[in-house]
Amino acid sequence: MIGIVSYGTYIPRYRISVDEIARIWGEHAETIKSGLGILEKSVPDLDEDTATISVEAAREAINRCKINPKDIGAVFVGSESHPYAVKPTATIVGEALGIGNEYFCADLEFACKAGTAAIQICYAMVKADMIKYGLAIGADTAQAKPADALEYSASAGGVALIIGKSPIAEIEATYSFTSDTPDFWRRDLQRYPSHGGRFTGLPAYFRHTISAARGLMEKYGYKPGDFDFAVFHQPNAKFPIRAARMLGIDTKKIEQGLVVRLIGNTYSASSLMGLAAVLDVAKPDQRILLVSFGSGAGSDAFSLRVTDRIEEFPRNPSVWDKISSKEYIDYGLYLKHRGMIE
Amino acid sequence: MRRVAVVGVGCTRFGELWDKSFRDLFIEAGIEALEDADLEGKEIEALYVGNMSAGRFIGQEHIAALIADYSGLAEFNIPATRVEAADASGGLALRHAYIAVASGLHNVVIAGGVEKVSDVGDAMGILSCAADQEWENFIGANLPALFALIARLHMKEFGTTEEDLALVAVKNHKNAVNNPKAQYRREISLEDVLNSPYIAEPLKLLDSSPICDGASAVILASEEVAKKITDTPVYIDACCQASDYIALHSRRDVLTMTSVVKASREAYKISGYSPKDIQIAEVHDVFTIAEIIAYEDLGFAKKGEGAKLIREGETEIGGKIPVNTSGGLKACGHAVGATGIRQVVEVVTQLRGEAGKRQVDAEVGLTLNIGGTGATAIVTIFSR
Amino acid sequence: MFLIPRFWRKIRYRYNLIGSYCENCKNYFYPPRNLCPICRRKGKIREVPLSGTGRVLSFTVVYEGENEKKPYVIALIELDEGVKIVSQLACKPEEVEIGMRVKSVFRKYGEDGEEGIVYYGTKFIPVNP
Repeated sequence: MIGIVSYGTYIPRYRISVDEIARIWGEHAETIKSGLGILEKSVPDLDEDTATISVEAAREAINRCKINPKDIGAVFVGSESHPYAVKPTATIVGEALGIGNEYFCADLEFACKAGTAAIQICYAMVKADMIKYGLAIGADTAQAKPADALEYSASAGGVALIIGKSPIAEIEATYSFTSDTPDFWRRDLQRYPSHGGRFTGLPAYFRHTISAARGLMEKYGYKPGDFDFAVFHQPNAKFPIRAARMLGIDTKKIEQGLVVRLIGNTYSASSLMGLAAVLDVAKPDQRILLVSFGSGAGSDAFSLRVTDRIEEFPRNPSVWDKISSKEYIDYGLYLKHRGMIE
Repeated sequence: MRRVAVVGVGCTRFGELWDKSFRDLFIEAGIEALEDADLEGKEIEALYVGNMSAGRFIGQEHIAALIADYSGLAEFNIPATRVEAADASGGLALRHAYIAVASGLHNVVIAGGVEKVSDVGDAMGILSCAADQEWENFIGANLPALFALIARLHMKEFGTTEEDLALVAVKNHKNAVNNPKAQYRREISLEDVLNSPYIAEPLKLLDSSPICDGASAVILASEEVAKKITDTPVYIDACCQASDYIALHSRRDVLTMTSVVKASREAYKISGYSPKDIQIAEVHDVFTIAEIIAYEDLGFAKKGEGAKLIREGETEIGGKIPVNTSGGLKACGHAVGATGIRQVVEVVTQLRGEAGKRQVDAEVGLTLNIGGTGATAIVTIFSR
Repeated sequence: MFLIPRFWRKIRYRYNLIGSYCENCKNYFYPPRNLCPICRRKGKIREVPLSGTGRVLSFTVVYEGENEKKPYVIALIELDEGVKIVSQLACKPEEVEIGMRVKSVFRKYGEDGEEGIVYYGTKFIPVNP
C-alpha cells in the first residue's frame, strides 16, 4: 500500500482583507466578497519566499512521522514562484532537511497543479521500488498585478507530503486530464501573469477538473457517493462548489477543505492545503477525492483512502488552527512585503 | 627591560577632512611629533603604525612602507611595521614600539595611527569587520547592534538607564570644547542625546562615536636617551595587552570585557599602581555604554556600578577620576587606527601640564584601547 | 557582498543549527569550530545538531544596517544546550521580551543584489506569538 505517510503545512502569518484592497481601488468590497467567496488572503513576510515556506512545511512533515531524512529518495517542489528561474528550490529544501546527496530531484512547473504532479512522480518512484520515501511539495508566494481581479486572491502558503509505504492515507488511484489551453500564463521576464478573463472558467478550470474527476471515476469504478470528502483546486470559493455540483457530489463534503475563504488561493499549495485540512479530521476508511487544476492546462485527480494509522498520527496544529493565527496589514505594508515598493 | 618614555607627541585635527589624503594626515602628525621632540628625523630607528583597514577604505595595503616612504624614513631603510587589531590598532602600535625600546632592540622609535574613512560611504560597515564576519555581520549584527545587546542587558541586570548613557556623551562633548583637535567642539544637552534617533535600541545616534579621518604619532625613547631629548619625559610604567573570543556570543559574561580586566590587572601589577591611583584616563567610548563598562572593568567601580560613577560626576574634570578629558571617541571622533595613539597624546599632554583649559592635576594616567566588542584590549599606564 | 564559495561552505551550518561538541570537556559551541578552544588538540570535537529552542538574553532593534528589512531585531539567545548565539528574530520588536522562549525557523537573510544568489539561514520566532 502506497500513499501519504505524513503531511506538513505552512501559512504565513500576515493577512490583508478584501475590504482593504477594495478600499484602495475604490471597488465595492461586498460585491467582491460575495462574488469570490473570499474575505482575506495570506501575505508572506519580507524574509519569506517559496523556499522558506517549502522548508517549514517539509520540516513539519518530517517531524510528525519521525523518519530519517536520509531515507527520502526524491524531492520535487512545484511552484509558480520559485526564487530562481534557474537553480532549483528543491535542493535548498534537500539541504535544509539534511537529506544528504543521494536523492532524485527537480523543480516542477504546471501553474497550480505542480504540487500534485510531484505526488504522482513520487508515487510512481515508490511503486517502482526506486525510493523508500518521496517528498512532494506545492508552495507559492503568488504575485498579482495591482488592481487586477487576481489581486484579491493570489496568496502564499505551502504543503509538503511524504509519499511511501505504510501510509496514513492510501493513494488508491490517480488520473490526469491534460490539454494545451492558454487560460492563464506568464511569459519569461514578465513580472505578472496574464489571463483570459472568463475563458479561465468553463474551457479551463471546469473542463479539466470535471474531466479528470469523471475519468478517474470511470476508469477505476467510483461513484460520487463513494467519497466522504472532496477537495478541488480553489482559485475562489465558488468554482469548487460548482464543480462538486456538476459531479453530483454533496457540497457539504467540500466545506472542510475550503480554506480559500480565509487565506486566498495559495496556487501550487491550493488543493493540497484543502487536502491537509481534510486529513486533519478524517477517520480511518474514509475516502477523499482530490482534484487539482493547473492553468495551461491540466487536472490531477486522486482517490485517497484513509487508513488506521491516521489515529496515531500527530495532526496538531491543524490547518484551520493555523488559518486563525493571523495578523492584519494594510495595503502599503502589503506592497512592501510583496517587494513591489522598496 | 629598560624604562621607556614618551618624548614627543603629534596629532591632526580629527574629522571629515575632505582636503586631506591618507598621506597628508600621517605626515602632519609625524612632523608635529618630531617638532615636539625637537628631533631631526634621522634619530628614528623604527616605525610602528596602527591602521585598521586602509585596504577596504582606500584600497591601499603595505601601509608601513608607504609611511616610511613619504616621511623620508625609507631613505634610511628603517624597519617599518603595520599592526592591526581593529580599532585597537593604535594601542597595538604603541605596545610594539614599547617592546622594541624596552627590550633594548631600539633606542628611539615612532608609533603612529592613521585612518582615512571619509572617501567611502559605509564607514560603520567597515568598522563592523571588527566583529565576526561569518556569524555576527552576516546575520546583521553590526557593531552598533552588538553594543546595543550589551547595553540592554546592562540596563536589565544593573538598572543602568538611557539617561546614564547620555551623561557620558554630554560630559565628553563638554570636555572637547577645550580640545582644538576634536571633531565636535560644541556642548550637547541631555535632551539632545535622548531625543536623537535610535540606531540600534537602546543606543541612539548621540550614543555613538562618529567614525572620522585622523592621524596621531608619539615618539618613544629609552630612559637614557629620553633625558637627553626632553625635560618632560612621560614614562610608560606598563603596557599590557589581552585577547578574548571575537564574537559576543562566545564570551563567558557578556557584561564584562575579560580582555580589559586581564590587561588592566597585569598593568596594575607591573606598574605597582592600583585603580585608585589613576588620576586621569582616556578610555574607548566607541559607544557610551563602553565607557560605563570600562569604569567597571578597569576597577574604577564595582561591576554594575559604572553608571553610579557618571551620575555622581566622578569622571568629570574636577571629579575623583577624570575620564576622556579630550572628549573621548565621542567628541574627538573615532579615527579607528589613530584613536589608540590619540589617547596617548592626551594623557602625555595632561601629565606634562600642557593641556590648557582642560588641564587636570595628575601624575599617573591610563589609556584603554579596545578592538571590536572587546576581543583585544590594550591598557597602558603612564607617569611623570 | 559574500563570495559564493564562502557562503556555500557554511550552508549546512546556516540552514540548520549545527554546532560542535567536545567529548573531552563536554561543552557545546556554536558556530562550529575546527578545534575545541578549551582543550585544543587534546579535545575530541564533533558536529552536533542543536535543538533550535532557547530563550532571549538580550535584544536590540537595528535601524541602521545593511539588511533589506529595516528595522530588524537582533537577539542574543541562550539555546537549551547552554550555548549562546546571536541571530535575527523574525517577529515585531514589540513582541520581544528578555527571557521569552524562542524556536528556530528557516528564512531569507538577504541576497547579493537582484542578479546574485539568495542567502538563506536560521532565524528565531517566539514560541507563543
